Amino acid sequence: MSDAVLSAPAEQPPFTLRASRFMRRNPTLTAGLAVMLAMLVLALIAPFITGDPMATSPARRLQPPSLDLPFGTDHLGRDVYARTIHGARVSLIVGFSVAAFAVAVGLLLGMAAGYVRALDSALMRVMDALMAIPAILLAIALVSLARASVTIVIVAITIPEIPRVVRLVRAVVLSVRERAYVEAAVAGGTPTPLILLRHIAPNTIAPLIVQATYIAASAILVEASLSFLGAGTPPDIPSWGNMIAQSRNFLARAPWTILFPGAALALVVLAINLVGDGLRDHLDPRLARRMRA
Amino acid sequence: MLAYIVRRLLSTIVVLAIVGVFVFLLLRLSPGDPAAIIAGDNATSDQIAQIRRQLGLDDPLILQFWRWARNILQGDLGISIFSNTPVATLVMQRLEPTVSLALLTIAIAVVIAISAGVISAAKPGSFADRAIMGFAVLGFSVPVFVVGYVLVYFFSIQLRWLPVQGYRPIAGGLWDWLRHLILPSVALGLAYVALIARITRASMLEVLSEDYMRTARAKGVSESTALLTHALKNAAVPIVTIIGIGVALLISGVVITETVFNIPGIGRLTVDAISKRDYPIIQGVILIFAAAYVVINLIVDLTYTVLDPRIRY
Repeated sequence: MSDAVLSAPAEQPPFTLRASRFMRRNPTLTAGLAVMLAMLVLALIAPFITGDPMATSPARRLQPPSLDLPFGTDHLGRDVYARTIHGARVSLIVGFSVAAFAVAVGLLLGMAAGYVRALDSALMRVMDALMAIPAILLAIALVSLARASVTIVIVAITIPEIPRVVRLVRAVVLSVRERAYVEAAVAGGTPTPLILLRHIAPNTIAPLIVQATYIAASAILVEASLSFLGAGTPPDIPSWGNMIAQSRNFLARAPWTILFPGAALALVVLAINLVGDGLRDHLDPRLARRMRA
Repeated sequence: MLAYIVRRLLSTIVVLAIVGVFVFLLLRLSPGDPAAIIAGDNATSDQIAQIRRQLGLDDPLILQFWRWARNILQGDLGISIFSNTPVATLVMQRLEPTVSLALLTIAIAVVIAISAGVISAAKPGSFADRAIMGFAVLGFSVPVFVVGYVLVYFFSIQLRWLPVQGYRPIAGGLWDWLRHLILPSVALGLAYVALIARITRASMLEVLSEDYMRTARAKGVSESTALLTHALKNAAVPIVTIIGIGVALLISGVVITETVFNIPGIGRLTVDAISKRDYPIIQGVILIFAAAYVVINLIVDLTYTVLDPRIRY
């Protein structure tokens, strides 16, 4: 067979057709992505579509949802709709940043542990120790060292997420390093950094993408929990966690102050988890078939 | 076997020692001079210096760590900065609510999750399977405190069936104790149920495709016997593993659940300590929780040979 035949452009159906086929085959992934994108857009345009999320108004305290104020007001008369939409910003920033940092650091450490024998056992014991400390407590303790800010919260949530990435990457590296093409590269004198970059790292991409979505979902939950406990996003930035914390004493009189941020939180995390499940099934059909069997 | 237990114990000790170093450094990195806090606002610099000497804060870091670690091993977790009470005493006072909540949650969650996982795996793709797995994804996505407040709103405020918050000691009557723990346990257990149900289903599906399952059915064993004694028993190792790993989830959840339901347990103690920056308490609680997690997972590892005699070390 000649190269020309192999590289001849296959008859590709138009993009829209391919897209709609993809969506039909991956309904959870599509639904999750749609919700995630919608939230992202809402978060970006929040200042243009809502009022001031911090403006207090004693005259309209604890008002139930109405046409004028679709999500009602809280105990300070603040617009719950404006606050809920703005709250998406902190959640999404924290979710994406933690996923990115945890994957970056975890990838480096995981490749080091998997490829450099001398580092392996020491590094993995440190990771075991990090995993033994409950994520929320570790994050709280780290936040309590510094003044609360979104940056500190991101760092504090990233650290407990790193061990999971390291374990995953290490497992992939350990299985890949025995493959013939890696041995061939070693025998051919390819420098180690290049082997890691060109032959080993690409194998970690698929599982890492799936893991990153789960980390983003978990990070959003942890941020909300920290803010709920008063050790997260400072109160002058609306976040779903601190909204619920500030409204908790008004649950009986004004359940909407807790319902709306709570529902937004659950919706975003659910959407990201669905994207993760969808990607997992799409990137690893073998596993998906077994799960469905 | 013995060699394995010894090796496993040694690595547990190493992990706990590293946790200890983390926690110790955490205290050292914390802003504020403990000597200045203890001495009070009106202390002169001489007095502060004297307290520093008494506390050994001028000694080399290694020496301080050694002294601190020795105290911990003797059960001395330090003294709370604010209440001036030993941390160990404070923890003991609040142990009952936390242990009650955790044990009840594990009991409820394990029963519900394993039943759900087995039902799911029995007929994969059925309506029940899809409903249970959909519920599991939801369980991962809704945070403990949102579930908690929704439950409180419906069952306590609207229906008035259960108390809104608080804790009653078990000594004051079993029913009263249980009534106060039902909603917290359900809220705390939701994510745990989701986790265990998913693994139970996956592990069951794996086992159900084995040859011995076909043999069991061929010799006419009833479907329930096939599922429960032949399949579930063989699927037990991953399930028990995830129950152990999930304890981490549970511990983080305890801190939040106790805040939602105003339960005076170790979680509340921690949150209060954080708002006051009472570092000895934060340190002590982290150590206790980490030790609990590590020991539970050690026990889980050691039960593998009991659950599956094919496993030999």
